[in-house]
Amino acid sequence: MIALPVTADDRRIARYTAAAIALTIAEAALPSPLPGIKPGLANIIVLLVLLRHGWRDALWVGLLRVVAGSLLLGQFLAPGFFLALAGACASLLTLAAAVRLPRRWFGAVSLSLLAAFAHIGGQILLARLWLVPHDGVFYLVPLFATAALIFGSINGLVVAQLVAVVPAPTFPLTPPEVHSS
Amino acid sequence: MNLPAELDELFSAARHGGLAWRTLLKPGDWLLLALALAAVAASYPLLWRGGSADRAIVKRDGAVLIELALNAPRKVEVMGALGPTLIEIAPGRARVLADPGPRQYCVQQGWLTRANAVAICAPSHITLQLSGPQSSYDSLNY
Repeated sequence: MIALPVTADDRRIARYTAAAIALTIAEAALPSPLPGIKPGLANIIVLLVLLRHGWRDALWVGLLRVVAGSLLLGQFLAPGFFLALAGACASLLTLAAAVRLPRRWFGAVSLSLLAAFAHIGGQILLARLWLVPHDGVFYLVPLFATAALIFGSINGLVVAQLVAVVPAPTFPLTPPEVHSS
Repeated sequence: MNLPAELDELFSAARHGGLAWRTLLKPGDWLLLALALAAVAASYPLLWRGGSADRAIVKRDGAVLIELALNAPRKVEVMGALGPTLIEIAPGRARVLADPGPRQYCVQQGWLTRANAVAICAPSHITLQLSGPQSSYDSLNY
């Protein structure tokens, strides 16, 4: 039998990812006026992980929740999956740069706004290059940008609140009892 | 109910009130918020302007016969393959008023108002196309 060693890092990432997936699933149940306009609640978790544990962990959580979330929703490898992946990659790359902004001046709301705009940017770029090879997609940019502004701000405020109120991880990181049968 | 630790943490933060929202925003956050608001507001007129047309272009066999500004009402007659085709211009719109073609599709199309809209009088080899302030793709040429 092959045993893969599980580190504390793995457990932490898995738990945060589970929370992000839960929010992804919950959000999929919400009606949306336009495909692609969503609150992006899972990004709250990604930003929280970024501020607490750094970009590497945020990258894991951000990508894992796209893959696992799409598997659970039956969207894996469907166009929506690639759009979500493009959005997640764009926002994670942006966050890699944005996290270097002076923390004294720029808080979670800045990170969240930049990530939200990068998210729609990545999605629209992929849609333009692949799904709808026509400039007509740019017609929707103002609507997506408005959604990014609103949800980016709200998510950022939620993250700022969480970071301020719960400064350190409070959940137990000890491995749960595993019963092999 | 037993919640996962992370979600329990989220809800307990919410239950205990937390800090006033406005204290959570740093100066850079306000700046970025203002910039984002301005960019979003600017994106509406910038990207949704495409609808209006300011010129009508009349072509025969793909060659431009005449270009007309859509600012004053007038009527123009051009010579097509079957005979004269009458184009009517009004502020912001244009139409084919009369054409010798047998089925009159381009006449029945009525007023064209949007940029890149086209009326084609195929038997006469005449097309009437509107164009906007900036050229963009249309479904025929793209």
